[in-house]
Amino acid sequence: MHIMEGYLPVAHAVAWSAASAPFLAWGVRRLTTRLREQPETRLILGASGGFTFVLSALKLPSVTGSCSHPTGIGFGAVLFGPAIMSVLGTVVLLFQALFLAHGGVTTLGANAFSMAIVGSYTAWGVFKLAGALRLPFNVSVFAAAMLSDLLTYITTALQLALAFPDPASGFVGAAAKFLSIFAVTQLPLAVMEGLLTVLMMNLLRSHADEAVAALLPRAKTL
Amino acid sequence: MKRQNLLLLAAVILLTALPLLLIKPTSAEEELFTGADGQAETVISEIEPGYKPWFAPLWEPPSNEIESLLFGLQAALGAGVIGYCLGLYRGRKLGRDHHAPSR
Repeated sequence: MHIMEGYLPVAHAVAWSAASAPFLAWGVRRLTTRLREQPETRLILGASGGFTFVLSALKLPSVTGSCSHPTGIGFGAVLFGPAIMSVLGTVVLLFQALFLAHGGVTTLGANAFSMAIVGSYTAWGVFKLAGALRLPFNVSVFAAAMLSDLLTYITTALQLALAFPDPASGFVGAAAKFLSIFAVTQLPLAVMEGLLTVLMMNLLRSHADEAVAALLPRAKTL
Repeated sequence: MKRQNLLLLAAVILLTALPLLLIKPTSAEEELFTGADGQAETVISEIEPGYKPWFAPLWEPPSNEIESLLFGLQAALGAGVIGYCLGLYRGRKLGRDHHAPSR
């Protein structure tokens, strides 16, 4: 989902950065408030950031014969809400832009929008919806992480289609091309991300059940 | 919970291994399992052949080895923090369970 450095026209790069900025400003505010009021949550917050670090470093093979990576955003978004997780996701993207030449500074706004913002809000929204539908906890976590991953890649494909509409078939044609790369490849990876997120949540709950329940009252009922 | 965790892990390993086992190159030149990000770049150059990236990365890993060093570091850092968090909570819980009944 990394749009490479310099690969978005200037107007698009600026527009996506402007779109991401308010979400991140809000996220930083929520993060500082949370750390001040509940400093004991910083351990699990660190683990949520760590999960995104690990998962976004893993390039996995897909059935399409190409490789892509999960995002690890869903886990923290379910535990800490989308605003805080948008900030952590952007930190990971910045690390990759500066040290790995993956993504870039000019495309950071667009990449943060797809992975950190759309990814976080999708996970959080799906988790809430699954709760309202009284789905089991693990099923809710799985759906949240999987759809968060998938929506991130769909967003990237649409961002690229907006920037590079096909000369013959326009936005729709370009979207189909980019979706065939990103969304199809991502399907099995999104399933893997869902499974790994449930695994991580199980591990955390078996060692820190009270701390998780303080963040997520739903986690109490197994 | 333990049984479920093992099944989850097995499923992830299976999903990773299957494409590697099932997909074979159709021709000698075909390069398999390249990154989707790079493929998107190819599509961009097909749609707009004249497009030149207007900004270059500030720094690029000088070789694949250095790149894998940094990706390894990224994963290790993340795993380290996760391990610290889980270990600390487990230790606290064990300490509590251990001391509570004797008092």
